[in-house]
Amino acid sequence: YFLYNVVTETNQRKKLEYRIFNMLSVIAEKERRVKANAREYNEKFSYANNHIKTSKYNIFTFLPINLFEQFQRVANAYFVVLLILQLIPEISSLSWFTTIVPLVLVLVITAVKDATDDYFRHKSDQKVNNRQSQVLIRGSLQREKWMNVRVGDIIKLENNQFVAADILLLCSSEPYGLCYIETAELDGEVIIQNSPHKVFTTDQDIHFFFQIFAFLICMGVILAIGNTIWETYIGRGFQVFLPSEEFQSSAVFSGFLTFWSYIIILNTVVPISLYVSVEVLRLGHSFFINWDQKMYFTQTDTPAEARTTTLNEELGQVEFIFSDKTGTLTQNIMVFSKCSINGQTYGDVYDEFNEKVEITEKTACVDFSFNPLLDRGFKFYDSSLVEAVKREESSVQEFFRLLALCHTVMSEEKSEGNLVYQAQSPDEGALVTAARNFGFVFRARTPETITLCEMGRAATYELLAILDFNNVRKRMSVIVRNPKGQIKLYCKGADTIIFDRLDPSSEELMYATSEHLSEFAGEGLRTLALAYKDLSEDYYEVWKKKLYHVSTVIENREEQLAVLYEEIEWDMKLLGATAIEDKLQDGVPETIACLNLADIKIWVLTGDKLETAMNIGYSCNMLRDDMNEVFVISGLTQLEVQQQLRSAKERVIGLSRLSSTGGAEKDDMFLEDSVFEEAIIAEYALIINGHSLAHALEPQLEQTLLDLACLCKTVICCRVTPMQKAQVVELVRRHKRAVTLAVGDGANDVSMIKTAHIGVGISGQEGMQAALASDYSFAQFRFLQRLLLVHGRWSYFRMCNFLAYFFYKNFAFTLVHFWYGFFCGFSAQNSSSYGPYCTVISPVLIWAALVPPFFFCSTTGSFFFLRNPNFPTTQNDSTKYRKCCEIQQSQRNKIPSISVFALWSQVRHLQQSRKRHRPQEQSLRRVRRTSSRRSAYAFSHQQGYGELITSGKNMRMSEISSTHSLERTAQSSSWIENILKRKNEVSFKPIKLENNEKHG
Amino acid sequence: MGKAKDRTGPLARRPDNSAFKQQRLPAWSPMLTANTVLPFFYLLALMCLLLGVWLLLTVQSTQELKLDYTDLGSCSECYELRKNVSYAEQGCRCKVEFYIDQTFKGDVFFYYGLRNFHQNLRRYMDSRDDAQTVGRESQLKNPSTYCEPFIKDKDGVPIAPCGAVANSMFNDSFSFNYQTSSGHIMPVPLLRKGLTWYTDKNIKFRNPKTGNQTLAQVFEGTRQPLYWQKPVYDLDPSDPTNNGFINEDLIVWMREAAFPNFKKLYGILNRAGDPFTHGLPKGNYSIQISYNFPVQPFQGRKLVVLTTLTWFGGQNLFLPIAYLVTSSLILLMAVVLTVAWWKFGKDGKNMKE
Repeated sequence: YFLYNVVTETNQRKKLEYRIFNMLSVIAEKERRVKANAREYNEKFSYANNHIKTSKYNIFTFLPINLFEQFQRVANAYFVVLLILQLIPEISSLSWFTTIVPLVLVLVITAVKDATDDYFRHKSDQKVNNRQSQVLIRGSLQREKWMNVRVGDIIKLENNQFVAADILLLCSSEPYGLCYIETAELDGEVIIQNSPHKVFTTDQDIHFFFQIFAFLICMGVILAIGNTIWETYIGRGFQVFLPSEEFQSSAVFSGFLTFWSYIIILNTVVPISLYVSVEVLRLGHSFFINWDQKMYFTQTDTPAEARTTTLNEELGQVEFIFSDKTGTLTQNIMVFSKCSINGQTYGDVYDEFNEKVEITEKTACVDFSFNPLLDRGFKFYDSSLVEAVKREESSVQEFFRLLALCHTVMSEEKSEGNLVYQAQSPDEGALVTAARNFGFVFRARTPETITLCEMGRAATYELLAILDFNNVRKRMSVIVRNPKGQIKLYCKGADTIIFDRLDPSSEELMYATSEHLSEFAGEGLRTLALAYKDLSEDYYEVWKKKLYHVSTVIENREEQLAVLYEEIEWDMKLLGATAIEDKLQDGVPETIACLNLADIKIWVLTGDKLETAMNIGYSCNMLRDDMNEVFVISGLTQLEVQQQLRSAKERVIGLSRLSSTGGAEKDDMFLEDSVFEEAIIAEYALIINGHSLAHALEPQLEQTLLDLACLCKTVICCRVTPMQKAQVVELVRRHKRAVTLAVGDGANDVSMIKTAHIGVGISGQEGMQAALASDYSFAQFRFLQRLLLVHGRWSYFRMCNFLAYFFYKNFAFTLVHFWYGFFCGFSAQNSSSYGPYCTVISPVLIWAALVPPFFFCSTTGSFFFLRNPNFPTTQNDSTKYRKCCEIQQSQRNKIPSISVFALWSQVRHLQQSRKRHRPQEQSLRRVRRTSSRRSAYAFSHQQGYGELITSGKNMRMSEISSTHSLERTAQSSSWIENILKRKNEVSFKPIKLENNEKHG
Repeated sequence: MGKAKDRTGPLARRPDNSAFKQQRLPAWSPMLTANTVLPFFYLLALMCLLLGVWLLLTVQSTQELKLDYTDLGSCSECYELRKNVSYAEQGCRCKVEFYIDQTFKGDVFFYYGLRNFHQNLRRYMDSRDDAQTVGRESQLKNPSTYCEPFIKDKDGVPIAPCGAVANSMFNDSFSFNYQTSSGHIMPVPLLRKGLTWYTDKNIKFRNPKTGNQTLAQVFEGTRQPLYWQKPVYDLDPSDPTNNGFINEDLIVWMREAAFPNFKKLYGILNRAGDPFTHGLPKGNYSIQISYNFPVQPFQGRKLVVLTTLTWFGGQNLFLPIAYLVTSSLILLMAVVLTVAWWKFGKDGKNMKE
């Protein structure tokens, strides 16, 4: 059931015949005839109604359906079979109530739980069904319950209302029928939660169960044969005291019955009750996760939540983590952190000894109180820049003027002095906000003007043209006429692009700025270069004519426009550069480093651009300059991709062959990945683009991709679609047979979260879809460390201990009966009915108690849950994770280890570590890069709003000046087509800068 | 868990900071290293060894005499007689003699023993009615079907006590005689009471309420088990309180043995008079046996067992041996681990991990 929030009002007067595809009954390719606002007509087709039902039972069907469902479970069915056996007096070796009591208990508890769940579903159904919406019935608007809305009805929706059904937008109160939709509740609202229990019973589990069953039957058969023999030779003589009954006429038949009796007695060997016990244990662990204060995020009041209870111990075995970037690794908050103006850098804080000071929470912020229009969320630490502004240095002023003018941000003045910016990308918002605080406040815009408040003085600039951003240009410019009447072009863009278009007089400044840019980039900041140009009136007039001419052209308009823009953006003068910090979430680099130490591979799958993704890769320590090589796969055709992948792989293998002594003796090294991967000491990174990934995921290439990816320490996939994210996860899951974990925060991560063994949702700003689809959700990426390395490890440990003891207990209990069979004439006598006998047996138990942890159960028990044969065993694991837990010194190890096997594991571990010497210590601190690598372009947004702004389409009619120029009218028809054209790549989603308060 | 949270404000959903919820409860988590594990192993081996030796000595200090009288001496005649079921009613007495070369000091317990008698068969064990033997009147004449096929006799009269267990009660009786050095033969006084626990006599086994009636009257309308010569209310002619379901021999028999070879208490030496005040003096003894119980059909044996007891019980070597074996296994393990540690891990850094 999909809900939209439409900010619009439909025009009820229009009558249209249109088609509705009802989500509740999508029948492909079937044409439907619907008349709007004609219920009688539409009723003929008996379309599905709008009543939703997610509940499973009602009062009468509850008992039969629920019981039927419960008995489909193996455990319950097994108990019922046992119960039936026990009801046969000739077979019954235990009284029937020993089975029926636990069975009924389990059934009742489950039934009560199901009933409560269903009751809440009923309630929420009712709530949704009874929501009101305004429907046009017989010419007048009437309130109607949602469930009574019919196909073909016309609905009037108001701002912030939920949408009752799938609807077709007829009309909107906004100009040009614009309508803003919040899709936050799209995908997986709570109502339909077919609880996403990922029960992945693998072959090994089943195999194990078969073995246990075979074992049980074996014992039964042995004892049955024993009984036959006993009855034949010994039992005969005993008939004086115990005459045989009719059914025992033949020894063979007696043996047959004995078999079943022993199946009852020995049933404890089959760990059916394990399911219940394990569930309880997992439930307890889930509560511990929910209760953990260290995974509680104070700012948003969000505790961690274990939404499924079945995966806790899998957390301790995770080998691959797939992470989204925006909102997961980063906060999706851009902060103006540094700049270089006229060869002078600002943003760093120095102490009295001229040493750079690390900026922390405590560092004093610059006081912007001189500015009444300031944004309080903005923080800057270098006071020299404010001083420069106050001194009215022209270059600094021009710098901020550019930032205040050259953008496509919309401003809304909610009350006097309370400005809210709506920016297309957070980068732009950050820049405009920075200018605002430094005294160049962007207050309002019309299609033709931009009003600034420069150091307290209002100034209105005439907006002559916006030379919009696109992927090729990598820059945007505005042409404005300032209050003095001068025409100026302001341009911001990628440094390389801007530097190519500079006036020779800026050359010296360019070198200085370039150096600063390298420095910024080295710190993982997103940089932009700024330049301006004075235009003469005549030149502009000529150019404007050309522009008008081009904009009326229909064919190749884009290309011609680009040429024209190119023409004017030339010989510019450099102003400086900005550096924006894409704020990482707290503790991300540390978390990643720690997870790396635990040998967990982290892949970043992001919809961002290559540059942005790489940038983040560097800033969170996934990419480092000391890496041997970073492979970038960006081929457009399959052949290219194939070549790139192969050559990269060959390089890796070639290098490692050289480094490994003895070289390549084995030709089939490729096949033995696990051995092979170990041999690689060098560190590589793989970065792959979305369109290349599409080719690489084809069946013939996926193995190559996977091999290469697993050889690399870091893998980053950029510009990937949600579908591809899921495909990548699926690929690893299928081929590596390792436990995978996907973490993300947005709707585009849902598919990935659902595909991975374990899905983790960051419950952040981007709605709740990811959290709803996930198995675990919490507010911060860094909590992953605690979830995996503390909770996962503990769960795994405890589960293994529990299993070991469980199996020990079962076998000790069962084997005693088996053994006793040889003393009691194989008569299926229950040995525990002897008080004295138990006294005799107790030393045996004591004796046995020392043995099983050593040999038997330790392996059997833990193997039950280890489905990956390559995966290290419990003991091995402990050493692996211990490394990391040392890092978390605060975490004390509270696991009572079972046995001395720790000693063995240490010996084993030592031997292993002798084999491979790897530098494992890494600095956890964020290393400042000194490289010359440049963050090429910081814009993360797509082609912008420029056209929209100049056309004035998104502004209220009242705000648009009455004089529409001819040029504009000509353009206005085309912008919507353009938007539609781009729709495929652009999700049309205005980002509100409402979080002013939360900045920093 | 179930506590409703009425907190509001910005930290409303903050988890409680309790030691349990934050998993901060004190816990002992030993870091197992060779330095701690190996000494523990040796210590454990030593402890088991000492325990084993001590128990062994204790067991050794008991004195025991087993006498298989199935077809010993004059009893072979009785043995042959009992082969034929048709002579079951016919009494047979025999006498066996034995010699004790060392005084049995302290309390001496007299047991009868059976070999190869499966009291532990499921059907045999189930063939009894506890409700009847606990004295419930309704059950007395209406025994449970569990007693099949010993519920009623041919005439349909209910059997009390019913079932195969009671039916097959051991019915040999013994009288022990001591031949003094002077050739004088005197009977060995035996206590034939106090063989059961309090709970046996007062809770598990009780006679039906008698009121004014005699026991015989209460049991009227029931029949003695088929193999019995005497009715249940007349098992012990010498003591009327030892009759019915609370007869000690019956109770002892009804407590089924776990193994096919077992011994059951018959009596305890009465040390009231000379020469038995210190136990059973050495010398020649003879047993007069009333030989009734047939063992030939199931190739069983019958014995008489005389033994002294310690706190540990009779002569049972199982536990001392178990401890000694465990001790040696642990020692072996310890040695292996020591060798492993010596060879691989002695100066390994990871020992400290």
